[in-house]
Amino acid sequence: MSDMSNAVVEKYHNDFLKEVEAHVEDGEWVKMCMQCGVCAGSCPLGDHWAHPPQELFMMIRAGKREEVLTSDSMWMCTSCYNCIVRCPRGLPITHIMHGLAHYAHRLGLAPEKQPTRVFAKLFWDNITKNGRANELKMGLSLYFKDGFGNGIKEAMKNRPLGQAMMKAKRLNPMEFFGGHGVKDKSGLHAMLAKAREIEDAKLEQGK
Amino acid sequence: MVVATNQTILVVGGGISGLTAALEAAECGKDVILIEKNPSLGGRISQLYKYFPKLCHPSCGLEINLRRLKGNRNVRVMTLTEVAAVSGDTGNYTVTLKRSPRYVNDNCTACGECGQAVEAEFPDEFHYGMKTRKGAYLPFNMAYPQRYVLDPRIISSDDADKAKAACPMHAIDLDMQEETLELSIGAIIWATGWRPYDANKIQPYGYDRFPNVITNVEFERMLDPFGPTGGKILRPSDGKEAKDIAFIQCAGSRDENHLKHCSRICCMASLKQATYVREQYGDEGKSSIYYIDIRAIDRIDNFFAKVKADETVSFIKSKVASITEDKATGNPVLHGVNVEGYHRYSNPHELVVLAIGMEPSVPKDEFPVEVVMDDNGFVLADDSNGAIFAAGCTADALDVNRAVQNATASALRAIQVINRVAASEAASGAEG
Repeated sequence: MSDMSNAVVEKYHNDFLKEVEAHVEDGEWVKMCMQCGVCAGSCPLGDHWAHPPQELFMMIRAGKREEVLTSDSMWMCTSCYNCIVRCPRGLPITHIMHGLAHYAHRLGLAPEKQPTRVFAKLFWDNITKNGRANELKMGLSLYFKDGFGNGIKEAMKNRPLGQAMMKAKRLNPMEFFGGHGVKDKSGLHAMLAKAREIEDAKLEQGK
Repeated sequence: MVVATNQTILVVGGGISGLTAALEAAECGKDVILIEKNPSLGGRISQLYKYFPKLCHPSCGLEINLRRLKGNRNVRVMTLTEVAAVSGDTGNYTVTLKRSPRYVNDNCTACGECGQAVEAEFPDEFHYGMKTRKGAYLPFNMAYPQRYVLDPRIISSDDADKAKAACPMHAIDLDMQEETLELSIGAIIWATGWRPYDANKIQPYGYDRFPNVITNVEFERMLDPFGPTGGKILRPSDGKEAKDIAFIQCAGSRDENHLKHCSRICCMASLKQATYVREQYGDEGKSSIYYIDIRAIDRIDNFFAKVKADETVSFIKSKVASITEDKATGNPVLHGVNVEGYHRYSNPHELVVLAIGMEPSVPKDEFPVEVVMDDNGFVLADDSNGAIFAAGCTADALDVNRAVQNATASALRAIQVINRVAASEAASGAEG
């Protein structure tokens, strides 16, 4: 992936704003920001962001590519939409945050251990395997994400909840052995592979 | 009896723009009818304490204009009058006017006996409802005409009879009715002005929930020595003096959720109001201006520089995200991020003034005649408008200085129309 990253840098001669406009979902909105700060002030998790949205937008314009794409800030967004509602310029800030996070992930620059990213990856792998979410495995893979010992501890801690869900038929233990899925799994995988191919080609061409 | 011809100019609105347009045209010898919806001329400027950047009193300029008006025979003033309909075209309009009853005739000497006799009280529009007035009242001290008016809500009550009985001049006529007039008009100058944006719509600032969050037009009334607080800056919640005051810029302006345009006056208004705080408290006052960018251009940039040099005035580059209230003190607490350094703040202040924006007085869909407008409801200069010319804040968000220039320009356009009408009539008269 880092080859791809270098290719894009070459293409835009470090004009990071243009790169964001071309590749990040809703990235063309970034230049509309007038740095009023109402998004940062409205963010309920604002204290925990290294760079609030309007700072990220300014960093993009200042060409701080490395700092932006390796930042964990946009991964902190919980999609509460407070910023979108209040933005005087109507920027889809929530969507831009997810767009930036996704772009950083595709380029392999996103912080490896960022919990939102770890969850997103687990969920993607889980749901694309059979075309349906396997909740049992999703839960287990979350427990074991920080190693085997920690996983056992987490699993024991959450046992009553799991058992209650099984009793209420909200969790099927048989899902452990493969689980349910869509009829045409290979068709789904082919579709996803094709979509990825198209997206990667776009990135290579810089369009 | 109102005489008008197709060489008459109708000016709609008796604020500073309408007054200027009417006087400029009249002083050029044209016949002018100036109508005003309210019982008095004067408009928004009469509700201001001082003008920027010279910090002089608007009553002074108003007095000059009223003197010009009194000395000119070409202007006919009609208050409590609105346009109901307009038909026709350039140089040949038929305008239908609706004139509401004042219930007081020109015998009135403004002695005030009726006001004392009447008991019913209503929110005083002149003071944005910050105090009440009687059901028989003089709109404000400098009202023109200097005549009392009866609130229509007291008509056919005991109060109306009391007012009539109290009047030593027999000026009260309770049988006055609404009138409809149809006039022949050559050109129309539209100067209906602006109104403050409804602060209740800016939900995160809590104007509707927190008594100590007020608007800049209300702040302006507080400074008036004859105003609701007698010229003192008092907190609405507890009546205590407020010395630590926050001004929030772009409250409703430059915002896709509210007014898309820049209202142009609010930066200067807040800078001006910061000088009121100094005037009142000297070094003990504290003004904090929360802004996106300060738009003080041309000669008024000097004024900005002067205010900036004042140590009691601080500038925080931030659009405030939300306001909460500290229950114990009643202080509004401002939350946001200062984008100079990205510092998060939660600042309590004793009083918050929202620098509210201006929107056209006549809503876009309620304009009585078809004219070309922009998205914000301001009337554009367009050939298809015929001889209907916007003046002042009907045309754009303008300060007084620019509104007056704009009004003068619109008077000139109207005069040109009238001259063409006169020339063609003279020509056809010569042929006949």
